[in-house]
Amino acid sequence: MNDVVIDAQGLTKRYDGAVAVDDVSFTVARGEIFGLLGPNGAGKTTTILMLLGLTEISAGAARVLGHDPVREPLAVKRRVGYLPDSVGFYDYMSARDNLRYTARLIGFSEQEREARIADALKRVDLAEVAGKSVGTFSRGMRQRLGLAEILMKNVAIAILDEPTSGLDPQATLELLDMIRGLKRDGVSVLLSSHLLDRVQSVCDRVALFQDGRIALIGTVGELGRQVLGGGYAVEVEAQGEGLADKLAQVPGVRTVEATGPDRFRLLADRDVRPDAAAAVVAAGGRLRRLSVEEPSLEAIYTRYFQEHGARHAA
Amino acid sequence: MRREGTPWRGVGAVFLKELSDHLTGARMFVLEWLVVLTAIAAVYGSIQQIKDATAEDPFLFLRLFTQAREPLPSFASLLSFLVPLVAIGLGFDLVNSEHSRRTLSRILSQPIYRDALLFGKFLAGLATITISLVALWLLVIGLGLLMLGLAPSGEEIARALMMLIVTIFYAGVWLALAMLLSTVFRSPATAALVALGLWLFLTILWPLLSPALADAVGARDITSAEDLLSVLSVRQGFARVSPSALFGEIVSVVLDPSVRSTQQPMLAALGLALIERGAIPGAPLPFLQSVLLVWGQIVGLIAATILLFVAGYVVFQRQEVRA
Repeated sequence: MNDVVIDAQGLTKRYDGAVAVDDVSFTVARGEIFGLLGPNGAGKTTTILMLLGLTEISAGAARVLGHDPVREPLAVKRRVGYLPDSVGFYDYMSARDNLRYTARLIGFSEQEREARIADALKRVDLAEVAGKSVGTFSRGMRQRLGLAEILMKNVAIAILDEPTSGLDPQATLELLDMIRGLKRDGVSVLLSSHLLDRVQSVCDRVALFQDGRIALIGTVGELGRQVLGGGYAVEVEAQGEGLADKLAQVPGVRTVEATGPDRFRLLADRDVRPDAAAAVVAAGGRLRRLSVEEPSLEAIYTRYFQEHGARHAA
Repeated sequence: MRREGTPWRGVGAVFLKELSDHLTGARMFVLEWLVVLTAIAAVYGSIQQIKDATAEDPFLFLRLFTQAREPLPSFASLLSFLVPLVAIGLGFDLVNSEHSRRTLSRILSQPIYRDALLFGKFLAGLATITISLVALWLLVIGLGLLMLGLAPSGEEIARALMMLIVTIFYAGVWLALAMLLSTVFRSPATAALVALGLWLFLTILWPLLSPALADAVGARDITSAEDLLSVLSVRQGFARVSPSALFGEIVSVVLDPSVRSTQQPMLAALGLALIERGAIPGAPLPFLQSVLLVWGQIVGLIAATILLFVAGYVVFQRQEVRA
C-alpha cells in the first residue's frame, strides 16, 4: 500500500438545495497530522462524516486506507477511530463499562478487551477513575475517554472533531500532547478545529475551509508565504553604528524597519539569519538576539478572510 | 450494489447492553410493579367471583383471565390497556436519547451497521417485556392453583400460553410504534406525548368513535339477521384499526372455548346469540379451531409490528447522524 491513507477527491455534499461541502479534495499521508480549519459551519464535520461513511456523498469519491467508505463502511470503521465534537458517553455507566460496550461492538475477544481497556485508560490518565460513572466526569476527562476509545481500537487513522473546544488551557495542552503521542505510534491524525493557535503547534499540514470549500492547503509556513505575501521576517537585536544600512545590504533583504532602539525587523525572501549575523559582526556591532518569525496561523487566517470578504462565523 | 459484511454484526452487544439497561433501570421497575399490582388485584377479584359462582364450567381456570369483578376490569382487558403503556415506556426514547446524549455518532463509527443498533434495541425491549409477562403469567397461574385449588387441564394451559404469546406480539406493535416515534421526533418528551396520545386514542376513544363512523359508512335498515351481521362486521372492520381491538378479539376467542365467532361478544352485548346451523350452542371449540378463528387477527398484529418497525428503520437509515 502506498503512503496515502486518506484520499478525498471532489467531495461534495448537498442538503436539499444547499451545498454544505463543495468539491473538496485533499490527501493525508501515513503518520501525518492534518488539520481541517475554518469557522463553524464551513463543512468540516460534514467532510469527516463522509469519510467515515456516516453520511452519503453527493458527488466525488473518497478512499480511506484504500477502502470506499460508502461501499465498505465496516472495513473503514474497523481501522478508523472517531472522536466526535463534544463526545457523549452513557453517563450512568462507568468509564470502563463504556469502553467495554464499544469493545464488544468492535468485536474484541474477552481477554483482549480487558487488557486493551486497562492500557488505554492508563495512557489517558483515567485508570484511577475507571470505575466511576461518566456522569461525574469533566469535559476534559470525557475528551480523554474518547481518546482512550481510539487508543483501545488500535487504529491506523484517528479523526478528531474539535477535540480541544471547550477545554481549559491545561486540559488542551494535555490533549494535544496525547495527539502527538498518537503520531508517535504511527497513527495518522485528521483533526478539525476553529482554535488556530493551539492547533498550529501539532499540525503538519492544514486545510483552511471557507463556505464548504478548501480555500488554502499546505504547511503553515507555505500558507504564510502565500497569504502574508512576505517570505521571512527576521528580528535582529544588536548594538552598533549604522546597522540598519548594513542589514539592508544583505542579499535577499527587502526592507529593514527599526522597531525600537537597537531592534530591527527584516523582511526577506529567504532565511537570512546567517548573513545578517555576519553583517552585524562585520560592522563591529554586538548581536544580542536573532530570530525568525514563524507565520502564525491566526494571522494567515484573519488576513485571508479579510481579503476574501468571508462571513466570519468563528 | 452490495454492501460488505452482515447487518447482524454487533446486534448481540447492543441487545445485551440495552437489556441490562432496561432490567436495572428505575423506569422498568416502576412499570413492572404497576402492572403486577393491578394484575394481581384483578386476578384476586376474579378468583372471588369464580368462588361465588356455582355453575359448572369445564374451563373454570381460564376464567381467571377473563372474569371481571367491579370495579376492576378482567386480567385480559387490563393487559390490553397496560401492556401498551409498558411498551411505550420502554420505547419512546430508544433512538432520540442516543442523539441527545451525543453517543450516536460515536457508536455508529464502530464497525457495525445502523441496522444492528435498531434491531438490538427492539429485541432488547421485546425481551424485557417478554420476561416480565412470563413472570406475571406464572404468578397468575400460581395464584390460581393456590386459591382455586384446581389444576388446569392441558388445553387450558395451551390456551393460556397462546394468550401469553399473543400478548407479546401485542406489546411488539406498541414497542415498534414507540420506536418509530422516537426516531421521528428528536425530543423524547414529544415522542412520549405523541405515543401516549395515540395510546389513549386507540384504546379508549376509538372503541367509542368507530361504531359511529362505521354506521355513517355502512348504515342500513336492519330488517334481518343478515343485515345486523353486516352492520356488525363493518363496525368490526373499523374497530380493528386499533391493535387493542385485535388483541381483544383474539383473547376473547382463545380464552373462551364457547366463543365460535369473533362477533359473538358483540351480539351478546345486544342480548343476542349466534346459532350456527348444525352446531350445538355453547359447545366448546377445540383449541386449534379457536386459534384458526383468530389467525387473521394474530397475523395482523405481527404484520403491524413489522410495518411499524420497517417505517422506523427507513426513517433511521435516512436520518443524518449530526444533531
